[in-house]
Amino acid sequence: MQYTILVYETQAELAARTDPKRKDAYWGAYRAYTTALREAGVMVGGAGLEPPPTATTVRQPGGKRRVQDGPFADTKEQLGGYYVIDVPDLDRALEWAARCPSAATGAAEVRPNLRM
Amino acid sequence: MRDAGQAAELAARASYGRLLAYLAARWRDVARAEDALGDALLAALETWPRTGVPDNPVAWLLTAARRRLVDGARHAGVAAAAEADLKVMLDERADASPAAFPDERLALLFVCAHPAIDEAARTPLMLQTVLGLDAARIASAFLVAPATMSQRLVRVKAKIREAGIRFEIPAPGELTARLDAVLETIYAAYGSGWEDVAGADPRRHGLAEEAIWLGRLVARLRPDEPEAQGLLALMLHCEARRAARRDAAGAYVPLGFQDLRRWSRPMIEEAEEVLAGAARLKAAGRFQLEAAIQSVHAQRVRTGETDWEAVTLLYEGLLRHAPTMGARVAHAAALGEARDAEAGLGALDAIPPDEVATYQPYWALRGHVLTALGRAAEAGEAYDRAIGLSEDPAVRAFLLGRRA
Repeated sequence: MQYTILVYETQAELAARTDPKRKDAYWGAYRAYTTALREAGVMVGGAGLEPPPTATTVRQPGGKRRVQDGPFADTKEQLGGYYVIDVPDLDRALEWAARCPSAATGAAEVRPNLRM
Repeated sequence: MRDAGQAAELAARASYGRLLAYLAARWRDVARAEDALGDALLAALETWPRTGVPDNPVAWLLTAARRRLVDGARHAGVAAAAEADLKVMLDERADASPAAFPDERLALLFVCAHPAIDEAARTPLMLQTVLGLDAARIASAFLVAPATMSQRLVRVKAKIREAGIRFEIPAPGELTARLDAVLETIYAAYGSGWEDVAGADPRRHGLAEEAIWLGRLVARLRPDEPEAQGLLALMLHCEARRAARRDAAGAYVPLGFQDLRRWSRPMIEEAEEVLAGAARLKAAGRFQLEAAIQSVHAQRVRTGETDWEAVTLLYEGLLRHAPTMGARVAHAAALGEARDAEAGLGALDAIPPDEVATYQPYWALRGHVLTALGRAAEAGEAYDRAIGLSEDPAVRAFLLGRRA
């Protein structure tokens, strides 16, 4: 069964990506996490996302188009990336989510993928 | 009146397990007993602020809960078999003082760890029934979705009722095996004690105190069972080092580098005393061996060093009793210290790789011994696996530091 782990990161974590003092630990943790997923044979796919300021959001309520700089929602934690994994059940998916570095600082949300 | 609310809470917390065990044993229905006790508690919160706290809050709760059970059964139209119990319960209404109603908690523990009950549900069931923890907190500790945990607990209580699992102390012939299951169930709440592996990753969160409480309960109820004493000694030894596992800045400190002044002497002394008592009963077992291993580590307070030969030998003994993955990896770690890194690596290589794909301590130790052997590239790969499998950010940071 496929699940997606949504990686929610705080501003501080997103800043760590480019902070000379913290970036090695940041990228080291995510590289290792991705390796562990791959070596365990559960990784299906995923992507890391550029930070929220690079986002552009389109909305067309009632046909009226509005294009906006920035993410859809301005919240404390932002989507920083996602992993798609294939594991037998939710318990296993939660085990992997707990290992995601963002679980300790922001959040790791698990959703079952729709079967299509 | 806040006092009445507090009194209700205190009475409930101190005697929840005893009340529930008693009600469930009489009624042979854990879920109904829980509901009745919950209702009684609610009634106490409503009534006591008006009427004042009764002289014997526990007896009050017991009487109220019994009344709910009896009323509920009458309502549902009880089966003939339950009619007898109903009578018993009504008769007993007079002597509801805590000293007068029997302690059925041991029987309840045996029900929770009964072979007919799904192993994954045993510890959560024990925590909920004996300690009154709520399903959400148990779910967090076990890293399970709260809805899933609630369902599992509901299902397992239905099974106890429908399968007619009896609230009793097993017969002498099967007592040892059944008690082992109880002890395993309690140890599962405590989590991993394998902290002598560099950067070991404990799996359970925040249940150590609860597990020790249960361990004390069983050790007290079965003073003649060496393994019950062994488990208590083991948990106390591990717990004695809790404060030393983090430095002032919150960084992870592995066993070999811990500040011995931060180990709890009273807890170590208690553990040693309990373990010595177990040894006098002259029947070695898994938990006594594990406690003995931790006892060797604790000697460092006196001698300033670790007798790794002794630790290795004890692990060899433990592997004969309980060849768990934790014990295999910890044995490899001990061998690496007692002999050399080559020996440690050999022991790790003997473990089938597909069994350790997600076992963090294996990879942490592998990184450690490969570093000692000067095989930096392979060590880096192993450390990466360990880092990626870590849940604890302090452990992750520690391993990232080792890898660099």
